[in-house]
Amino acid sequence: MSDNPTTLDRRTQRSWFRRITTRLGAENIGLLLALVAVITFFGLMSPQFLSMDTFNSVAFQLPELGLLTLAMLMPIIAGGINLSVTFTANLCGLTLAWFLHVNGGPEAGVLAFVVGSVLAVGVGTATGLVMGPVIAYTGAHPILVSLSMMIFVRGLGEFLTRGADISGFPDFIQPLGHGSIWGFPIPLLILLLAVGAWHVLMGRTRLGFSNYMIGSNIEATRYSGIPTRRVVTWIYALSGAMCAIAGIIMMARFNSVRVGHGESYLLITVLACFLGGVNPFGGFGKVVSVFLALIVLQLLSSGLNLLGASQHLATAIWGIMLVAVMILRWAAGQLTFLRIKR
Amino acid sequence: MAKVRIPQLLRANPTETWLVIVLLLITIGMSLSSAQFFTVANLFNLLNTSSVNLIFAVGLLVVLIAGGIDISFAVAASVVQYVVATLLAKVGGGDWVSGLVLGALVGAALGAFNAALIYYFRIISIVVTIATFNIFFGLLMFFTKGVSIYNLPDWWIHRTMLIEFQQANGAWADLTLPVAIMTACVVATWVLIRHTSIGRQLYAFGDNPEGARRLGINIAAMHFVAFGWLGLMAGIAGVAQVHYTQQVVPNALAGRELDVLAAVVLGGARLGGGRGTVLGCVLGVLLISVTQNALNLLGISPYAFKMIVGAVILAAITLSNAPLGKMLAAIRARRST
Amino acid sequence: MAPVPVLSLANINVTFGGVKALQNVSFEVLPGEVQCIAGENGSGKSTLIKVISGVYQPAPGAEIAIGGSAVSAMTPVAAHHAGIEVIWQDLALFPEMTVAENIGIRQVLGAVPHLINHGAMRTVARDALARLGADLDIDAPLRTFAIAQRQIVAIARALAGEARIIFMDEPTSSLTRSETDRLLDIVRTLSAHGVAVVFVSHRLAEVLEISSRVTVLRDGTLVGVYPTEGMTQSRLTELMTGKTFQTTVRTRDNAAAQIVLAVEGLSRPGDYEDVSLTIRRGETVGLTGLLGAGRTELALSIFGMLRPQAGSITVGGKKLNARSNRDAIAGGIGYLSEDRLALGLIQQQSIADNTVITVLDKVLRAGLISGRKKDALVRGWIEDLAIKIGQPTDAISTLSGGNQQRIAIAKWLAVGPRLLILDSPTVGVDVGARAGIFEIVEKLAAEGLAILLISDEVPEVYFNADRILHMAAGRIVAEYDPHTVTLKDLEAAVYG
Repeated sequence: MSDNPTTLDRRTQRSWFRRITTRLGAENIGLLLALVAVITFFGLMSPQFLSMDTFNSVAFQLPELGLLTLAMLMPIIAGGINLSVTFTANLCGLTLAWFLHVNGGPEAGVLAFVVGSVLAVGVGTATGLVMGPVIAYTGAHPILVSLSMMIFVRGLGEFLTRGADISGFPDFIQPLGHGSIWGFPIPLLILLLAVGAWHVLMGRTRLGFSNYMIGSNIEATRYSGIPTRRVVTWIYALSGAMCAIAGIIMMARFNSVRVGHGESYLLITVLACFLGGVNPFGGFGKVVSVFLALIVLQLLSSGLNLLGASQHLATAIWGIMLVAVMILRWAAGQLTFLRIKR
Repeated sequence: MAKVRIPQLLRANPTETWLVIVLLLITIGMSLSSAQFFTVANLFNLLNTSSVNLIFAVGLLVVLIAGGIDISFAVAASVVQYVVATLLAKVGGGDWVSGLVLGALVGAALGAFNAALIYYFRIISIVVTIATFNIFFGLLMFFTKGVSIYNLPDWWIHRTMLIEFQQANGAWADLTLPVAIMTACVVATWVLIRHTSIGRQLYAFGDNPEGARRLGINIAAMHFVAFGWLGLMAGIAGVAQVHYTQQVVPNALAGRELDVLAAVVLGGARLGGGRGTVLGCVLGVLLISVTQNALNLLGISPYAFKMIVGAVILAAITLSNAPLGKMLAAIRARRST
Repeated sequence: MAPVPVLSLANINVTFGGVKALQNVSFEVLPGEVQCIAGENGSGKSTLIKVISGVYQPAPGAEIAIGGSAVSAMTPVAAHHAGIEVIWQDLALFPEMTVAENIGIRQVLGAVPHLINHGAMRTVARDALARLGADLDIDAPLRTFAIAQRQIVAIARALAGEARIIFMDEPTSSLTRSETDRLLDIVRTLSAHGVAVVFVSHRLAEVLEISSRVTVLRDGTLVGVYPTEGMTQSRLTELMTGKTFQTTVRTRDNAAAQIVLAVEGLSRPGDYEDVSLTIRRGETVGLTGLLGAGRTELALSIFGMLRPQAGSITVGGKKLNARSNRDAIAGGIGYLSEDRLALGLIQQQSIADNTVITVLDKVLRAGLISGRKKDALVRGWIEDLAIKIGQPTDAISTLSGGNQQRIAIAKWLAVGPRLLILDSPTVGVDVGARAGIFEIVEKLAAEGLAILLISDEVPEVYFNADRILHMAAGRIVAEYDPHTVTLKDLEAAVYG
């Protein structure tokens, strides 16, 4: 592995390349290349692709998936998973809808909306406050705990709504799903705020730091004086709270709440995390990379839509993309391995 | 050595014993509160409704024992239904045998696809199967445009009864063909994992992959056997399921994978590999169907089923991971520490 | 006439990416002998075993003979047929399977599927255990057994494979003394039955006790094969490292210094009983005893991770009633775990993150972690302890054992402790690098840190501690002053 540069030129080139890769991270470079590839491809295929329409379709569709992915991200980094994100979002939306209905339905005031939203966030947090301690204290597998929570939350929602759509909300919540501020879509703004909050939370706070460490080795983290059980509880609580925000946005976008809305997003959120370079075993993964992965996924879907293909083809291509990316990572690993061996 | 000591049985199979006790309690309680519960008709009904899930479950059990996980099998079964329906329509209808064989082959091929990705590119199974879930489902919905097939051969949709008779109270009790298929699948899986060398290798591999490799167990073969077997079972389950719905609906099975997973794990299989029995797996599935059946007979709103089942599984997982004593100790330690 | 070796190797060369892991090594095993392979980490011990068991192929020109007849190439299957069995350090057993299935696993191997005979498997298991004089419930899952019993299962599995040579890779590293004695008895039994046993062990006392010959490797080359008759530990250390170590007992008088740690009547039934001890400023107190004596449990109690049932712990004059290790850390206690890989450091994560994990509140700016503060803190410690690293962002696992241990020490020094507990600080650290660790310990003591040095290697505490406490069966049974006791007497007292 000794460094034997043959020419000065090569060495400067390499250091220039390395500077960029370390600044951006190899993960993000790959994703940016994918982004450029997607934009170029659809830009060439369809003249309408590079337009405000595409931007708007991405901007209004991305937030639901994006917020749910953020809810999925932190538990995965902790070495766990939260399979209840989509139905928790539904249940939180339901909480808000119920509170608005109690307070006059379409005539409900802003205060009712605010209190209802707080209640919704409370419900989301509560699911996390059940799962977190069960995982942290009993050592039960997060897949199982969150899976049974998913079944429970789905059942509770269906029990409360009898499978029906709940609608009839005050008009002022419409902008949350459809409105713009100075031409900038509000849902996207909320997503960007959430991404920013998660970026700071995961990258700059003790909770976030501890979360990465727990994902790699929870016992060694506990030996280092980190309150691991408390951290795990917080992580799932925050995940639940983020579901609530997703649920509120979904309610505003569909102008209704139904248990099962966004159900198909569940596995897509996991897919987006892995695509964004999150380690399936936990311990590694960056919010920004996951956000880039989300944009790639959504652009792909919007582009295909423009070409007349269905969302289902996009779903299939998302799956193929994940496999392709994992194979590329494997190939890159093989290359480094061979280079070290040589 | 033919004598089996009861305490040893308990120690060796705590989950199974526990499930049997709960099932017995429900049965006794329900027999007292509902006249319909403990009848042949209801028993047959239970078997009819759980057979597809049981076939899925024993397949998934094999993958879990080998230390993997699979999210894609239910949509794979939907793919199988379509392929079988389409191909058989071309050759003039086929029959049960050709349908099942074709379904099993297509299912096994889809399973092998998962295995190949996992083994050759060293991608963990949850990532691969989430990807293939999307690939299978997306392509299926794309090519079918979400349209169901109603025009199916007679053998497939015409209810084939194994046993059929009228009870004293006038209700008909019938046992359908998929129950026989399910029984065959359960027995085959039991023989595979309990009595063949390959099955024991699967346990060893799931338990300690590195140890298995050093002993010379063929790791590639283990992947293909485990995921191939699940694919096989999923294919058969797909063919059997059409017998009940009498049509092929492309998105009918998507979403069922997580319910089956919950049932199998409730039956004592361990995520991470090496542990799990066919008996426990069957009991896990039955416990959930019996609970639903009991709630139904008690006149509880069907919308409450899932909620109660979810709460039961959550409680079961919590309790089985933390026996009461350990949990109390933890709480006490926390209070005093 | 010399007996024909059951296994002989000559001219073995193995190269990994330009690094010569084994260079022209030869090795032989006589029937029924007990031999030992000794060498530091990286000396080529495990590579040699992997060549013998067929996992690695040596370069062309290698000569391998089994029972006097030449073999062209070793494969795992060929090794097994030749009666060569390896008991790996991790045992490579299957915890979820029963004892019988673990021992009889060979019955279920093979690519051709076949039905298995559970009865025959149990018979094989029972016979193999009987040969070892062990009585285990063969139908119980292996996970219900302690490590020592699992080791017996691993040996039984090797015997069931008709072994003629059994290699044991660090077999005693997690056994208590009585368990080790039991194992050594089994080794003698095997040897008496004509099964040769080759030990790979870093515990020199055991090496000398059990084996008749020792093969010493260093840097991938053969140093020599020596009879253990008349061999001493220090001579063996010299052969392994190629260096001579000047060791002297420390002299420092701390009798008047302020008491940092006072433990009184501490008890936790089953782990330790009625323990009292004090450590003063600048004092290094050695705590030695055999594995299972309760040393680590005592340390974990002082560190707030195991709750004692009776007694008191006073740190710096203040009573410590720790609800968790966070209270102990706040009280000024650092604890270097004996298990660096699993508990001491987070191997996958970066050097920097591992260093600051204990002092996150010191790198905050406005409530958020400051990259600059973190960087400064990490670089400071790396310089202070002369740690050789690539980049602070590299994973801990890229460092050598010695440098990893320095990071593990740094992360506890960063909290500014009054008391540092070092639990077996040289485990997995090369003999050559150990001196460096103890130089740091010496320096810290001179700066006034109180140190509790725990080790089951008696010479380690003898040469590095001011006072030595001997712990046995959960109690502190004696206290020694290295100036008034000889190493030999101390070893005799501890190893009994």
